[in-house]
Amino acid sequence: MSVDTEEQSRSTSRDEALAELERDWGERPSLRGWFSTVDHKRIGRRYMVTAGIFFILAGTDAMILRTQLARPNATLLSPEMYDQLFTMHGTAMIFLFSTPMFFGFGNFLVPLLIGARDMAFPRLNAFGYWVFVCAGTVMFTSQLVGRAPDGGWFGYVPLTDTPYSTGVNLDVYSLGLLFLGVSTTAGAINFIVTVVKMRAPGMSLNRMPLFVWAIVGTSFMVIFALPALNLANAMLFLDRRFGAHFFDPGHGGSTLLWQHLFWIFGHPDVYIIVMPALGIVSAVLPAFCRRGVVAYPLMVLAIVTISIISFGVWVHHMFATGLPQLSYSFFSAASTLITIPSGIQIFAWLFTMLRGRIVVRTPFLFVVGFIVTFVLGGFTGVMFAITAFDQQVTDSYFVVAHFHYVLFGGAVFPMLAGIYFWLPKFTGRMYAERLSRWAFWLVFLGFNTTFMPMHVSGLLGMPRRIYTYPGGLGWDIWNLISTVGAYILAVGLLLVLIGVVHAVRRGAPAPDDPWQGDTLEWGTTSPPRPYNFAPVPQVHSLHPMWDERTTGALAIDEPLPDHRAMTTSELDGREEGVIEMPEASLLPLAVAAGILVVVLGLLWAWYWTGWYWFAGAGALLIFGAVARWLWPPERTPEEAGVAS
Amino acid sequence: MTAVVEKATSPRLLSAEMPSGRTTGWWGMVLFVTTEATIFAALLGSYFYIRFQSGPHWPPPPLEDPKLTKVVIMTALLLPSSVPVMWAERGIRKGQRWRLRAGLAITMVLGLAFLGMQAWEYSEDLKKHTLTTDAYSSLFYTTTTLHGFHVAVGLLMVGWLLAASLRGSFGYRRHERVRLTAIYWHFVDVVWVAIFLCLYLSPRL
Ligand code: HEM
Ligand SMILES: [Cu+2]
Repeated sequence: MSVDTEEQSRSTSRDEALAELERDWGERPSLRGWFSTVDHKRIGRRYMVTAGIFFILAGTDAMILRTQLARPNATLLSPEMYDQLFTMHGTAMIFLFSTPMFFGFGNFLVPLLIGARDMAFPRLNAFGYWVFVCAGTVMFTSQLVGRAPDGGWFGYVPLTDTPYSTGVNLDVYSLGLLFLGVSTTAGAINFIVTVVKMRAPGMSLNRMPLFVWAIVGTSFMVIFALPALNLANAMLFLDRRFGAHFFDPGHGGSTLLWQHLFWIFGHPDVYIIVMPALGIVSAVLPAFCRRGVVAYPLMVLAIVTISIISFGVWVHHMFATGLPQLSYSFFSAASTLITIPSGIQIFAWLFTMLRGRIVVRTPFLFVVGFIVTFVLGGFTGVMFAITAFDQQVTDSYFVVAHFHYVLFGGAVFPMLAGIYFWLPKFTGRMYAERLSRWAFWLVFLGFNTTFMPMHVSGLLGMPRRIYTYPGGLGWDIWNLISTVGAYILAVGLLLVLIGVVHAVRRGAPAPDDPWQGDTLEWGTTSPPRPYNFAPVPQVHSLHPMWDERTTGALAIDEPLPDHRAMTTSELDGREEGVIEMPEASLLPLAVAAGILVVVLGLLWAWYWTGWYWFAGAGALLIFGAVARWLWPPERTPEEAGVAS
Repeated sequence: MTAVVEKATSPRLLSAEMPSGRTTGWWGMVLFVTTEATIFAALLGSYFYIRFQSGPHWPPPPLEDPKLTKVVIMTALLLPSSVPVMWAERGIRKGQRWRLRAGLAITMVLGLAFLGMQAWEYSEDLKKHTLTTDAYSSLFYTTTTLHGFHVAVGLLMVGWLLAASLRGSFGYRRHERVRLTAIYWHFVDVVWVAIFLCLYLSPRL
């Protein structure tokens, strides 16, 4: 054979193999294909878009709140409306936006970052997404009909228990969050198993990108923290609807029990929100500093210790409840401890910048904006850990300022950095640099103008959660500035949205690796093919894309078809075997629909019409769909035709 | 170099071998059971929280300490039921389907008997107090019912395995689901021990 024909036959065999891969992994473009997809990239994008819509809705709530608060004695909102708005704003921002947005990032990116074909449980993944959509829709629908939760995002009893709260509002809260909890738990388990078992050969734990570490740490926190919230909400529902007495001191219950359960979840949840953000920062920096994040082992250690310590500090949310003094001292000390691992991360990023060659692009700007705001939020956080100070400013606007610096500064800035950074990978398009810089400056200035004055109004004694206030207390000017800032911020966020839509519609086609990034996702096409990587990459270092051995292996022209994925060992990523991956399916949607019927049954049919069978019908639907999902059972090797 | 990568990463080559190590399913089930266990831990934690805040008498009068006879029998039924599951799982690993079927059938019987006893116990308890009597009763019924629900789900899984194995599924190489169900069943079992100690024995201490 001459060299030419050999070349030719190799490339046709390559094309055939790629076509086969495409057939094995691609999905039909039909409507059915849309509903039945299990591709982690599509699910990830959907998570992000849906969470983005919830962000817009919750943000609109916030804008209405700020509009009301602009001037004293305003009458735009009734007190009842105000209660619903701030509760839905907080609840949605925490539960329907932050975590799902990061789940979107994680879903899209984790398999790409670890060189896998898909998540470990693709159907469970689709199921989690559908549950999230349904739960969020139920909760926001309640706002449309004016029956949204109105007890604050942490739903303190006795305010939220009968007899102080009749009506369906708080049932929407407890059942809605329980419903959502199913999705979050499923997602967390899926992330851990994917990372533990599906990493590309050679990717030992010490070669795992920091973003992946962050997602794993987050998922472990979800596994151990979320049950407390789920339990609390189940108890609340039993109290409210079935006459139980968990939180009713008149019958031996305890109101503080709610606070304990809530904050055993709630404090780790702050890190559940912020940790993936820190992971994004660690992913973005190397590309714009042209070097890996310094002190990788320390960074991993920081992630692990934060995941653990965050479970030991919840009482700092309860310093005003009159618990024993000793517990204050203990939790006060524990809370200040958490600054150590957080500090390590901040310093590691600063040193990365110092020792790198910085290229300033929009994602980098957002990272800098994050560091500034997050550090400020951290300062006020440490102030709160001191009981004496906390008792002065608790439930004032100082708190509102603090947690927005942490949550907006600590989560939304990195998220925006991540959106610009990975937009080429998500969509195959580049964003427009000038427009996005405008967006950054407006968001940054708007953010600080909104929330910086709240420190002042808080110190001046303005309580949070008041629907209006009399003039002449010295609060007027600070509130006006806040509201103006909020509008600037909104314009900035609108520019982000326009930028993304513009990129998707008209952006320049993105190259595979626009930033010369260090991790595997840049080693595949933009956007990636349904099978992610043609040959499964072999990893040799922490920065596979800066490592010629990996890039060489990725270029190998022998893709490996089959609808299968590989499993590797937990610690050092040695190959262990291959597994069959499940096909696309409508069943995840069906199970989610079943749960939706149960929730609607409990919430609405039963309440208003006494149709308790409605919930039973949902249970049947769940049962049937799960049975179908698990059928057929595993076959014996003889049946399956596998030689033994 | 092509050859090296090929050797390491070709699904075709790897699939010829027995998969080694823990499976994704194993990890998934263990993590699931872990969060479930955390729910029970929080529930028992709430139990003691309420208990230590209540007066010197626990359960609060006029209720008496929970009766032990039936519960001891229930424990004696549920606790050993992990053994036939284990036996069945070992059996199917050797390809002995009869052991799988027999083991699962015994577990079914024990589990159903447990649930039957629980129903009987409830029918007497409910005469004295209900979910709405006080916080103690709310905790008592919520915890035991949640556990009973887990037993029922476990029985569904065991029954499903039994049906499939009677149809001839599973063999010495394919028995992943048996393993996963076994993990779940052991979990249900261990949680019962904790509930027995906390809810039934500890009030007598
Ligand atoms: C879009 C810009 C935002 C504005 C203008 C804004 C504004 C506000 C205001 C004015 C309040 C206080 C309401 C009151 O206590 O009377 C509030 C509460 C809150 N915000 Fe935001 N916020 C924004 C974004 C966010 C984000 C991104 C998050 C979280 C990721 C968040 C989480 C919360 C929470 C948890 C509360 C407490 C709700 C409660 O008290 O129950 N906010 N926000
Ligand atoms: Cu906290």
